Amino acid sequence: MTDTMPARQTSTTHKVMPHPLNAWYVAAWDHEVTRKPMARRIADRPLALYRTEDGRAVALADACWHRLAPLSMGKVVGRDGIQCPYHGIVYDSLGRCVSMPAQETINPSATVPSFPVVERYRYVWVWLGDPALADPALVPDMHQMDSPEWAGDGLTIHAKCNFQLVLDNLMDLTHEEFVHSSTIGQEELSESDFVTTHDDRTVKVERWMLNIDPPPFWLKNMRDKFPGFSGKVDRWQIIHFEAPSTICIDVGVAMAGTGAPEGDRSQGVNGYVMNTITPETDRTSHYFWAFMRNYRLDSQLITTQLRQGVNGVFGEDEVMLEAQQAAIDANPDYEFYNLNIDAGGMWARRIIERMLEAEGRSARMAPAAPTFRRTGA
Amino acid sequence: MVASNIEVWQRATVVSVEDIATGIRRIVLAPEKPAKADPGTHLDLMVTIDGRPEKRSYSIVDASATGDRVALSVFRTPTSRGGSIWMHQLAPGDVLEVTQPLQNFPLRYGAPRYLLLAGGVGITAIAAMARALAKVNADFTLVYAGRSRSAMAYLRDLEAELGDRIRIHVDDEGTTMSVAALVESISADTEVYMCGPIRLMDAVRRSWGDRGLPPQQLRYETFGASGWFDPEEFTVRIPKLGVEAVVPKGRSMLEALEDAGVDMMFDCRRGECGLCEVRVQSLTGNIDHRDVFYSDRQKEDRAKMCCCVSRVVSAGAPAVVTIETS
Repeated sequence: MTDTMPARQTSTTHKVMPHPLNAWYVAAWDHEVTRKPMARRIADRPLALYRTEDGRAVALADACWHRLAPLSMGKVVGRDGIQCPYHGIVYDSLGRCVSMPAQETINPSATVPSFPVVERYRYVWVWLGDPALADPALVPDMHQMDSPEWAGDGLTIHAKCNFQLVLDNLMDLTHEEFVHSSTIGQEELSESDFVTTHDDRTVKVERWMLNIDPPPFWLKNMRDKFPGFSGKVDRWQIIHFEAPSTICIDVGVAMAGTGAPEGDRSQGVNGYVMNTITPETDRTSHYFWAFMRNYRLDSQLITTQLRQGVNGVFGEDEVMLEAQQAAIDANPDYEFYNLNIDAGGMWARRIIERMLEAEGRSARMAPAAPTFRRTGA
Repeated sequence: MVASNIEVWQRATVVSVEDIATGIRRIVLAPEKPAKADPGTHLDLMVTIDGRPEKRSYSIVDASATGDRVALSVFRTPTSRGGSIWMHQLAPGDVLEVTQPLQNFPLRYGAPRYLLLAGGVGITAIAAMARALAKVNADFTLVYAGRSRSAMAYLRDLEAELGDRIRIHVDDEGTTMSVAALVESISADTEVYMCGPIRLMDAVRRSWGDRGLPPQQLRYETFGASGWFDPEEFTVRIPKLGVEAVVPKGRSMLEALEDAGVDMMFDCRRGECGLCEVRVQSLTGNIDHRDVFYSDRQKEDRAKMCCCVSRVVSAGAPAVVTIETS
């Protein structure tokens, strides 16, 4: 075993983490992608996103083969095509030119990159790396998003920070005590013990806080299910990370001592905080989140209240993450150091570093900033 | 990953050379700045012809995972313009100027089924696609046509690797391919990638159009290296400029006009873009259209030609073309 172990790594904790390319990233909510093309930068690549006549989502490089005009400013034509707004060149959904105005033939080299797309869990996922490896089975599990046993909704945060800072934030929830003191924070968070486990693609951090007062957010949720509830609760946070950047957090509270830690959650409320973070550039991210619950499924009021409530909570994170990124950039001479509470985030970092190494990219390097032109399909 | 097509020129050292079929030499290069070579990529490189540097393009047949070894295979044509002769004199240790892998012929993954079609040395652009599709277990057939088995590079390797996914047509064994039958057998959801002599590709494109199959599902690459006729020497005249130039067998009309000092417009130099178009005023002989820019109708008009690849051939009297340039 030791023979095959990698050489001992020096302990560096990247302040700006490069993003793996051989991975599915959420490009958009399903409802965002329509017959009207839209522009979005994903993993440092400008994309034009649109739907074909039969509803299939398409991701093309957002630059015409000819003079690189943005296709996202163009319009859809025919069954699955998009027309460049500048000189009218038309591409199909595979990025192959199907019409060149002003000539009778089509230049066989005229293509724009078309990226594999999978629509799943209310999101449109794209794969920007080696297309031969784009296996839909690698889409991270976010099944609560469209399961009939769960209800809820979410929003997108445009976070002005490296995607790894968001992952760090979600992998260690002790920050709730300080960042979210009015809603979900409580001092038991940093006082309680947690257990971290991992495998090749996933990390789990589990924390239980027994016999505590519910913070305001959870008291409200308990009362939605158990009107008039008061008293102590057992609270859990079970963080599930799946590479490279999806974190689903099993959260909830149950009446204290009713068996939740042993598996009986019937006397409580259970939510899933769904998070998937898509690098936009090395210093900005598309942070897609939702809050799903498995009680009172038919109440749109609760769906809206939870979405707005969590939106407020995550707004507090956004302020902190942006300020953190600004401080990182303003203090280039200083390194990151780690605390014991970072174990989950550090495992996520290690998994991401191994993905980068597998792509022949060292995590030590600055993120690759390749230029892309005239290739694709 | 999608590669950049911004040319990164660098030095490459010849690692090995090997004759692998009649007239075809495999040349393995070690580039200074290795980059991954996806199926469909080629290298541009500088050859020397009559003491002049000239750019040529060669498909990458196979490469190591990191691209630190890149194999080309060069057919020394009897009618070479000089590039293949120069390539055939390379020996291990020689250094040449090359680009990183360039991509104009990308393989798309995820099609319901594929037909790969290689004619002769066209296998150099197709072999890597067959191997990549085999690796992802795609539904594909490689049709490989040649004059004789001994002239078909990589035939035995591919037969061994692909088993019943390869179909061979050999002229001197009497199993010549019927293009019409082949195209007739293609299902509407098949993607075709082809590389071969222009006669083959023109025939496929014509049958493809006749059947009304979607043109974008027929992918091909041409470096404009072959025509319907063997190259001949011919004369080109530009009365407006008072230029008369002889285009030797081994040079293109564009090159000959450049040699004569004409300020010519051009871009791709492989018969795709149409920028080097010249207008034909009079013609003694026939035009051997080797481009993919003009439609059949335009080619039959004989009013314009892509001077980067197309030529004039004689029909009795010595061939002469009188043109206007842009």
